[in-house]
Amino acid sequence: MTVALAVFYLLAGITIASGVMVISARNPVHSVLFMILAFFNSAGLFVLAGAEFLAMVLIVVYVGAVAVLFLFVVMMLDIDVVAMRQGFMKYLPVGALVGLVLLIELFLVFGTLRIADAPIAASVPTPEGVTNTEALGAVLYTEYFFAFQLAGIILLVAIIGAITLTLRDRGPIKRQNISEQVHRDRTKSVRMRRVEPGRGL
Amino acid sequence: MATTIDRAAKTFLLQELVSGFWLTFRYMFKKKYTLNYPYEKGPLSPRFRGEHALRRYPNGEERCIACKLCEAICPAQAITIESEPRPDGSRRTTRYDIDMTKCIYCGFCEEACPVDAIVEGPNFEFAAYTREELFYDKEKLLANGERWETEIAANLAADAPYR
Amino acid sequence: MVENVVTLAIIVAQIMAIVGPLLLAVAYTTWAERKVIGAMQLRQGPMTVGPWGLLQPIADGAKLFLKETVIPSGANKVVFIAAPMITFVLALIGWAVIPFAEGWVIADINVGILYLLAVSSLGVYGVVMAGWASNSRYAFLGAMRSSAQMISYEIAIGLIIINVLITAGSLNLTEIVLAQQSVWYIIPHFPMFIVFIAAILAETNRHPFDLPEDESSLVTGYNVEYSSMAFALFFLGEYANMILMSAIAVILFLGGWLPPIDIAPFNWIPGPIWFILKICAVLFIFFWARATLPRYRYDQLMRLGWKVFLPFSLLWVVLTSGVLLAFDML
Repeated sequence: MTVALAVFYLLAGITIASGVMVISARNPVHSVLFMILAFFNSAGLFVLAGAEFLAMVLIVVYVGAVAVLFLFVVMMLDIDVVAMRQGFMKYLPVGALVGLVLLIELFLVFGTLRIADAPIAASVPTPEGVTNTEALGAVLYTEYFFAFQLAGIILLVAIIGAITLTLRDRGPIKRQNISEQVHRDRTKSVRMRRVEPGRGL
Repeated sequence: MATTIDRAAKTFLLQELVSGFWLTFRYMFKKKYTLNYPYEKGPLSPRFRGEHALRRYPNGEERCIACKLCEAICPAQAITIESEPRPDGSRRTTRYDIDMTKCIYCGFCEEACPVDAIVEGPNFEFAAYTREELFYDKEKLLANGERWETEIAANLAADAPYR
Repeated sequence: MVENVVTLAIIVAQIMAIVGPLLLAVAYTTWAERKVIGAMQLRQGPMTVGPWGLLQPIADGAKLFLKETVIPSGANKVVFIAAPMITFVLALIGWAVIPFAEGWVIADINVGILYLLAVSSLGVYGVVMAGWASNSRYAFLGAMRSSAQMISYEIAIGLIIINVLITAGSLNLTEIVLAQQSVWYIIPHFPMFIVFIAAILAETNRHPFDLPEDESSLVTGYNVEYSSMAFALFFLGEYANMILMSAIAVILFLGGWLPPIDIAPFNWIPGPIWFILKICAVLFIFFWARATLPRYRYDQLMRLGWKVFLPFSLLWVVLTSGVLLAFDML
């Protein structure tokens, strides 16, 4: 148990430290890299809590796809750090307020958990003898089926929206038709003609 | 219609990929064209123009008579010759240098030579680490001639009917 | 306390038992690749160092080891040095869940295939960090290409894996292999096997999808500024990734350690040998494709990923689940 505890503190410590580094690093690319480290350690915490499916999905979705796009964008943008620092004091009160509200909410959530006096184990969804993945699936496709489908529809709408927003007709440009090119054969491209000497075609 | 089905079949059965892969697979078992070079070498023509050599007569007398025809014909002006009569009255070279970094291996020197003294032998492996090693003098050329005499003589004999 | 130490020692020994032979295998994969491609191009491949050039990979390694490490002055040093390590480590940690035979696995976790997907999706970071930290145009372009390419093909890989998962009914790699005892999944899912092979070629940045290290347009892409051991780590990582991906293909489609037919001469050979033989067969496809196919253009690569592989594998998921539901095999 002590080993698990030590690992927990290690992972949690790195998560918090890299979280701090995300907002304090000078280089935006370093910020994203620290965010990835934070995701990674959170995944470790999930594994420690017995939620291996969530941990893997966190890495596949957030680290493997979302953060890569983040990194992509941050690398491409030439962010002027000095210009960004200038507005820092102006937005500080708003930011502090949002942070404070979130902190209070977090305290409330954990407070009610504590006040309700229910054993934490009851909130763990995995019954004995069923793997994590199966338990999640059983809940997701029965009790929360409607919400699950709704989330899917919203994502689909978002995809279609993004595509329609970025798709533009660039006028008459020559496009490559691969199937046409691949099926071009000799009969279509070469014509045999008898050329009489001294006359031409 | 038939062509559409034909095309669809070709596309979905990956006909072009399969034929391409089959081709490379067949080639894998063919005889290799390359040689294992330092240990195996390709055939050389008797007319091959490699490293230069100065030959001697069988009695040990050097062939070169210092006529300077090779020096005159050399298009790269790589050859430098100086000569003096020897005590026995025959004219011989005192200096015969070839700058191998200038030489273009055209073979005109051996064509010009009336006594078959300067020849381009079959040796092509004379790379060196410094330029200085490629400024050949008379001694080096004569040494080459002694070293490659058998091959050079055989090549000259093989090519003689066509000269 | 003593048990803890013993457990730790056993785990370390297991890791060593996999990593050591793996590195040797990586070295000889490069040798095999040069030999196979040489044969297909009617050349001999490495012949000079050792008999049949067998010591060539060791000579190459020694050469790289003795070279000077050059860090470009404009580079971001920490990221620059971390990138090849990340690539190499990610190529190795995937092996933790690969079963060589029933029970022959370091970590037999329930979400093994998801773990592998996660590890392979992380592979892009080494490349992107290298490209960015080098502070070089070529390297950066290579990194950009690589990240877009790997994300695109990961989606197709994910959908293909879903096909196998719903057929096998488990995320555990050992159970996926055992589910193939009656028939290997290459037979019912043959089109998916083809797509999977193409997708892992793209995922490992191999020919014909090696745009991130495209010699003719990007010199060598993301690793252009690397030298010495840092370069060697990228190189080892790429080949270790190839072997890992081949192992995944073998587990998902070629029945892992199971013999082709469970009768006398075949089942005398132990499982791990079969597993390694099958990995070699898939690796041969890697080399074969390199010797056969010309490099894709970038827009063609994206078209293939998004407009061909993605819809096709999605369609196959629908088909598979439909068939499984209809025949009540789910």
